[in-house]
Amino acid sequence: MDNTQIKEAPQDASAEGYNTPVATGGKSMEIRNLKAYYGSYLAISDVNMEIQPNKVTALIGPSGCGKSTLIRCLNRMHEVTPGAPRVEGEVLLDGQNIYAPSADPVKVRRLIGMVFQKPNPFPTMSISENVLAGIKLNSGRLNHAQAAEIVEQSLHRAALWDEVKDKLGKSGASLSGGQQQRLCIARTIAVNPEVILMDEPCSALDPIATLKIEELIEELKAQYTIIIVTHNMQQASRASDFTAFMLAQDGPGHLVEFGPTQQIFTRPTQKRTEDYITGRFG
Amino acid sequence: MAANNLDMKIAPIEGIDRISRSRSLVGGDRTFFGLTIFASLLLIATLLALIVLLVVGSWPNIQYSGFNFTTSANWNPNITQNHPHEEFGILPYIFGTVVTSTIALIFAVPLAIGAALFIAEYAPRWLATPVSFMVELLAAIPSIIYGFWGLAVLVPIMYNVDLKTGKVSGVDAFLHDVIGKVPVLGSLFSTPGNGRSLLTAGLILAIMVLPTIMSVSREIILTVPSLQKEGMLALGATKWETIRKAVLPYAGSGIIGAAVLGLGRALGETMAVTLVIGNSSTAITPNLLSSGYTMSSSIAQKFTEAGSDPLYVGAIVEIALVLLIMTAIINGLARLLVIFSTSSALRGTRA
Repeated sequence: MDNTQIKEAPQDASAEGYNTPVATGGKSMEIRNLKAYYGSYLAISDVNMEIQPNKVTALIGPSGCGKSTLIRCLNRMHEVTPGAPRVEGEVLLDGQNIYAPSADPVKVRRLIGMVFQKPNPFPTMSISENVLAGIKLNSGRLNHAQAAEIVEQSLHRAALWDEVKDKLGKSGASLSGGQQQRLCIARTIAVNPEVILMDEPCSALDPIATLKIEELIEELKAQYTIIIVTHNMQQASRASDFTAFMLAQDGPGHLVEFGPTQQIFTRPTQKRTEDYITGRFG
Repeated sequence: MAANNLDMKIAPIEGIDRISRSRSLVGGDRTFFGLTIFASLLLIATLLALIVLLVVGSWPNIQYSGFNFTTSANWNPNITQNHPHEEFGILPYIFGTVVTSTIALIFAVPLAIGAALFIAEYAPRWLATPVSFMVELLAAIPSIIYGFWGLAVLVPIMYNVDLKTGKVSGVDAFLHDVIGKVPVLGSLFSTPGNGRSLLTAGLILAIMVLPTIMSVSREIILTVPSLQKEGMLALGATKWETIRKAVLPYAGSGIIGAAVLGLGRALGETMAVTLVIGNSSTAITPNLLSSGYTMSSSIAQKFTEAGSDPLYVGAIVEIALVLLIMTAIINGLARLLVIFSTSSALRGTRA
């Protein structure tokens, strides 16, 4: 299999050729023998997973088990973390290795978007500028109509349009925490990724805002593959189709069990999984 | 057990007052409060004393020259046949200060931001630490050394005469030959002088304000949250795009503040400027290659001339007063600029 070339993002065209976000559908990912280091410290070891397209996969596990490190390995964000980060193994996006020597991390991140723990809208940009931030990076100038359409579509998909349509020129930082996080999702959707990674996207939000994000995740999976880190087991059981349980007892973080969410939460095969989901530790 | 011991220690003992203020503690608090108040009042008092002294010292000339002092270009401190009255007009000095400071910022700000970005974002730690240390060392060099270096090294680079052929070479001649005939822009280099010029002074000032602007900008850039940078990277931004679209906008108002700190130093810098600006022409001309004065260099140069003539001394003290007011106004404007360029939302997320 030729894993050496990362294909061009569909929106990698000139401004004229750019179409408003038409999701090409989620793509599968495969993690093979993944190891992540900080310097000589091995943080996660030998993770193997197959992530189904257009499904929600949750990564759960106690603090420090390496689930955030793992998700950051999936769009090459691990390597921008301080502390001499390094990755071994392969991560395939639709069959192509994103760690191939010829792979460009910038292009990888356009295909695999990321939403962070704390909402991080760009405070000097307006709401619509925030949505357009990623597109403006490489497709040059958009005309007004195109830009307006992308903003509206992306905000619609992020279930934020009705709340902000009258104040698109206001700063993104003027929104509430939950709205900011949905703005960050809109910003990620706008560049038309195939996979969306979410690193504890609700940990800074109240329960109602959390519920909105969960509903949104449910809608988004029709068009994108979603991987979500959460320390909230109810969230994993509510919102995900597959669940991976990670643990870092006596050594680096590793995958303990991975399977359909319903099975993990009702009939786990591993004793440690059962202990964790029933609240006996962690 | 430990908890029990603790309980016993703080157990109430009958008849002992445990609630009223303890005199010794209150005394310590009061002393410290007094010390801090004293220190801050002393600073304010010093500033007020300075202003009062400058106003009193310049009073004779304030009465004599009035507003002509800052609007006139005529400086004739001694009565001669051609000048039956003493005249004190410092417009050329104000002009020199503004021009040299502007040149300094034009050269220093981009260099300083570039160096700060390199140190904060690109350089590995083993390189960043010595580089920033050395740039900051520039700030510790006494200004007379810059002045002397300017005189011994920079001026000959700007203007050089071959003693045998009489041929003039150097940066000044080059600028005159290349840009001198261009319309508008050429007027900046219309007439080459002897290398001691507004341009040379501006360049020396640029080197002197560079470390201040660089180190403050670097600190500001380091405060940009990594979440902002990662947010941009995750959208598929390159390193440079991340800097341009996430780091610089976030750090923008702070970098303006850094430039103003540098401007403050450039406005008041005396010794180095005095040595390389030429201190001769009082013409207000766009020609940057002409010699000139700044306000501070004129004070340094004329103070010995003034002797005990109260009017002349008053005029020189008033230059200092005007310089102080100018610096205060520029600092105030800069603060407003920082406030306006920092949107209220940005201040919210920074907290």
